[in-house]
Amino acid sequence: MKHTLSVLVENKPGVLTRVAGLFARRGFNIQSLAVGASEDPNLSRMTIVIDGAEHPIDQVTKQLHKLINVVKIRDLDPQSLVASELMLIKVAAEGEKRTDVLQIAEIFKAKIVDVERRSLVLRAVGATDKLEALLEMLQPIGVLEVTRTGIIALGRGRG
Amino acid sequence: MTSQTKMKGAQAIVASLEAEGCDILFGFPGGVVIPLYDALYDAVKLRHILVRHEQGAVHAADGYARATGKVGVCLATSGPGATNLITGIANAYLDSIPLVAITGQVRADLIGTDAFQEADVTGITLPIVKHSYLVQDAAEIPRIIHEAFHIASTGRPGPVVIDVPVTALLGELTYKAPDSLNLAGYKPTVKGHVKQIRAAARAILEAERPVLYVGGGVISAGAADELHAVAELVQAPVTTTLMGLGAFDERLPLSLGMLGMHGTVPANYAVHECDVLVGIGVRFDDRVTGKLSAFAPQARTIIHIDVDPAEIGKNVEPSIPIVGDARHVLAALLDELRSSTVTPGRTAAWLARIAAWQDEFKLRYEPPTGEGLLAPQFVIEEIERVTAGDAVIVTDVGQHQMWSTLYFKYRFPRQWISSGGLGTMGFGLPAALGAKLGRPDKTVIDVSGDGGFQMTMQELATAVNYDIPVVVCILNNGYLGMVRQWQDLFWNKRYSQTCIAVQPDFVMLAEAFGAKGLRVTEPGQVGAALREAIDSGRPTVIDFKTSPEENVFPMVPAGQSITELIGGKAPRKARGAKS
Repeated sequence: MKHTLSVLVENKPGVLTRVAGLFARRGFNIQSLAVGASEDPNLSRMTIVIDGAEHPIDQVTKQLHKLINVVKIRDLDPQSLVASELMLIKVAAEGEKRTDVLQIAEIFKAKIVDVERRSLVLRAVGATDKLEALLEMLQPIGVLEVTRTGIIALGRGRG
Repeated sequence: MTSQTKMKGAQAIVASLEAEGCDILFGFPGGVVIPLYDALYDAVKLRHILVRHEQGAVHAADGYARATGKVGVCLATSGPGATNLITGIANAYLDSIPLVAITGQVRADLIGTDAFQEADVTGITLPIVKHSYLVQDAAEIPRIIHEAFHIASTGRPGPVVIDVPVTALLGELTYKAPDSLNLAGYKPTVKGHVKQIRAAARAILEAERPVLYVGGGVISAGAADELHAVAELVQAPVTTTLMGLGAFDERLPLSLGMLGMHGTVPANYAVHECDVLVGIGVRFDDRVTGKLSAFAPQARTIIHIDVDPAEIGKNVEPSIPIVGDARHVLAALLDELRSSTVTPGRTAAWLARIAAWQDEFKLRYEPPTGEGLLAPQFVIEEIERVTAGDAVIVTDVGQHQMWSTLYFKYRFPRQWISSGGLGTMGFGLPAALGAKLGRPDKTVIDVSGDGGFQMTMQELATAVNYDIPVVVCILNNGYLGMVRQWQDLFWNKRYSQTCIAVQPDFVMLAEAFGAKGLRVTEPGQVGAALREAIDSGRPTVIDFKTSPEENVFPMVPAGQSITELIGGKAPRKARGAKS
């Protein structure tokens, strides 16, 4: 099962290296990792997605807890979380292909953020499976470049 | 010193170390740490021991920490000085030893430019430290040193690295001793869960064949008395890991000795047949368990007590996990047991079965066949006899280490000092120096091999320099004996690169350093030589010529079950193994 960990870490130099180094040396594969500011200027929030079937999630969180700079870890309940990812896609879009791209973008509520004579850049936000579906639709038309942020997530409600 | 004083970062390090109660550190100077050595020049309470190689400094600090229970401190310059500490830091990490390693770093503005003697020390040490700091500003020094000592010595102890750029050593600050800690992400669990402890007590009381499996966590928590009380109350036999030797007096009838790859037969058989296994301050290491699926197969209940939650369920899934400090948990367990009814004689049949094993599988060895050779096991027995079993025994790594576990009965915590997890050759002599400085009241014996001794023998100069009277007993078989043993048993006696018979004359070598040197080739001289060395009050090296191809038995080949034990009585043919 996929686990989404929301990890509060101290906002200090080297903390990302410590987390990444820990995952590497314990052989935990990260599916996605996103890090940025949190509600507290002293803390950053990391959203880490890992495959729980591959690694006992218990061992992952316990090892993470051993890092002095890790303040809090939540294994978010998949039934009760909001998760989102941002993706930028550069698509080859000449001639009639351009209309196809625009239609697909419309369906997926993706924004056109750059227009060139021979290509378009789309910005899409949403759950991972939605972004995957969008990519799949665009693939036959000609995807030139893709970049993604990885998932950021929060638990629902006040908990 | 007034509560607020203006000073340089270097002086703040000295003041902060003294504020932590540190009175000794081991180090070696170099370019960027000259300001710190200048501050040490004026230090009154803090004593600096100048080693001859930085590896000696970190092992000495480690040995000091193991002997005293205090935080060991070492110091090295940037670049090569710091990288020479790496082995020792990893050693302390794997054995959970409280250590603070201070390293110099190049000027802050030069970091990242491949400056002279620059190495990314916090980067290199990342996987082998409990925590590390790169000081940004002199003003942080008091807080960082305060945190480092706290982190190193609490919870599951471990090494902390503090990397200090020379600009921070030279920077000015107003020194004020920190009076609080602010570590939001660090709150070790000390007390065990009450319900879990109650469940553990119930399982132990219902056990007919219990075994207490005890490790270094009992030593570092200072829980030997509580362990003894629990074992006696419920009449449960106790086996220790290599790191746990000394946690339970091995002369007691309930002691099984060490378990695992080179453990005693009764210890391994008892674990194999126990119905309730209680792991205390242990980590179910592969050298202990052998083949995991065949480990303690009859145990209905496995109780695992450890201060590090990440150890619980890592290798073996316990039925009753208890996170907490061994002393607190055992004390609570003892209260629980005392308020319950202990059925007298419940384990009597089990203890009788164990006694029969102890009788059947006594440790034994053959006298050497060659002229002028000693049985290495006999030398260890003589060390115990001559020191009345009261000496602190430090070892290097290899066959002599395993004979030291088997042929000496350890009686008290911190009596046994040895590199367990990392298995670091060269650990012995410098660790013995640290141990002796920490416990000047005790006779300190360093048992070494001729291989390991040659890795850090330059520290004899340190021993002579500071007049540290340790007795180095080299069990000299002219081989890298443990590897040779594996080649003998599993690699058709192809002794690839393990013969080191070309070696210095260890007596002359000791004398060249200004130490005392003795050589022993006759069994009748062993005791007298040990007596002479101890009585001399000088650093002494004794070269014991031992039988070259003696093997350590019993042995469970790597990755195999206890039932694959070799050499319970007489050595049998091995069935092959992997590392």
